[in-house]
Amino acid sequence: MRLAIVGAGAVGTAVAELAGEYGHTVTGLADSSSGVVDGDGIDVDAALERKRSEGAVGANAPDDVLHGPYEVLVEATPTTLGDAEPGFGHVRTALDRDRHAVLANKGPVAERYGDVRALEAESAGDVLFEATVGGAIPVLSTIADVGADNVSAVRGVLNGTANFVLSRMAAEGLSYEHVLAEAQDLGVAEADPSFDVEGTDAALKCVIVSNVLAEDDREYTLADAEVSGIRELPASALDLATEAGQTIRLIGEVSGGDVRVGPRLVPEHGTLAVGGTRNIVQLETAHAGRLNISGRGAGGPETASAVLADVGRLGE
Amino acid sequence: MSDSPDGVRPYTIRLELVDRPGELLRALAPIADNGGNLLSIFHERGNVTPRGQIPVEVDLEATPEQFDAIVDGLREAEITVIQAGAERYSEEVTVILVGHLVDTDLSNTLSTVQESTGASVQALSLSAPEGTEAESSARLGLATHSGEIDTVLADIREIAAEKGLQVIEPLTGGDAE
Repeated sequence: MRLAIVGAGAVGTAVAELAGEYGHTVTGLADSSSGVVDGDGIDVDAALERKRSEGAVGANAPDDVLHGPYEVLVEATPTTLGDAEPGFGHVRTALDRDRHAVLANKGPVAERYGDVRALEAESAGDVLFEATVGGAIPVLSTIADVGADNVSAVRGVLNGTANFVLSRMAAEGLSYEHVLAEAQDLGVAEADPSFDVEGTDAALKCVIVSNVLAEDDREYTLADAEVSGIRELPASALDLATEAGQTIRLIGEVSGGDVRVGPRLVPEHGTLAVGGTRNIVQLETAHAGRLNISGRGAGGPETASAVLADVGRLGE
Repeated sequence: MSDSPDGVRPYTIRLELVDRPGELLRALAPIADNGGNLLSIFHERGNVTPRGQIPVEVDLEATPEQFDAIVDGLREAEITVIQAGAERYSEEVTVILVGHLVDTDLSNTLSTVQESTGASVQALSLSAPEGTEAESSARLGLATHSGEIDTVLADIREIAAEKGLQVIEPLTGGDAE
């Protein structure tokens, strides 16, 4: 398949680099201010080198990529809330052109799921978004395989930054500020970690899962989620949890039409108490019992593997 | 959660016995006959009911099936069963409260929790390493009625919200079991 990739951050770049290995051709790549288009396949290495040296992936405008030759648009621009622009507009352009869209950007499917589905219904193209939930972990495809009707609850650790902070605080008895600074030094937390530590990122993932489970009967947005984060959590709370054989994790929970994200007590050595930046998703199913899937919830190549799995599904 | 693998759990039965010799023994027979394990008997001889009967509270352990058979057996023996059910507090739940616990009157918080949720606060650990005027944490061990954990937690959320405290709840239904 011919792929056009919009967004040249960690995920977009990794998709561009790995696409060839998966048997696809990258015919367009855009960052926020520039683009490169070639129907026969762009030179990915040259484009990325040019971005490093000149700050632009090519001589084209980003719009040229959107309107260029491709079967699949990979939307990997940063997640935005509310109207989910410009990601939503990119998806609209692809669908209007009867092309497929594969999203790594959570905004359009968390904030405007109904609009995305309506556009998809009018288009010959499909929309897939495995990479938006749990990075490399196949959450949505597992739900699709099990059947949304057969899934009664989904819960888990869906943000690696928050999990890193909590597990370091518990293991070392360190303060929130200390561990957060350490996480920023390691590149695990961003300079502005609000999205992660306030629970927004995990909530968006839960909202997307809710939309998938509702099968168009009801649309969820971030406003439907009850969210509390881990900002300023005192070390004493983790100490008290440990004394009782428990620990604290930022848990996202989708059950009975409710979406909740917040710090919760879980058994210290239980399944959900994953360490470091690891994510885990637990599905309660009607016939298959409980399924636990754990792995890397973020990272360029990891998330790109989920994007490319979606591209593979479109080819079937 | 607290169930043993074979499903044996604690029950309390309140009976009213006619005041005549041998009645207590007759009341205990269905328990033994159906495999229940008698834990204690509280025989309030000095406290006769308006109907002239003597209240007796029996604690026992049995499987749910055995317990049903015991209650049927008591009723067949025409013994008055006032209340038969699971032990009053049968589930335990731990929550952590975070915030200005001392400034917001911790003992008032605890009594409000007990009064409005019906749960009993069985254990409390307070950790205030920065002193009582800073943010501190408290771990509460609560005993609740069977099946009421979710409503108790919802009530605690409300009480905490009024006082500007954060509640760290257990994940019920998750891998907590």
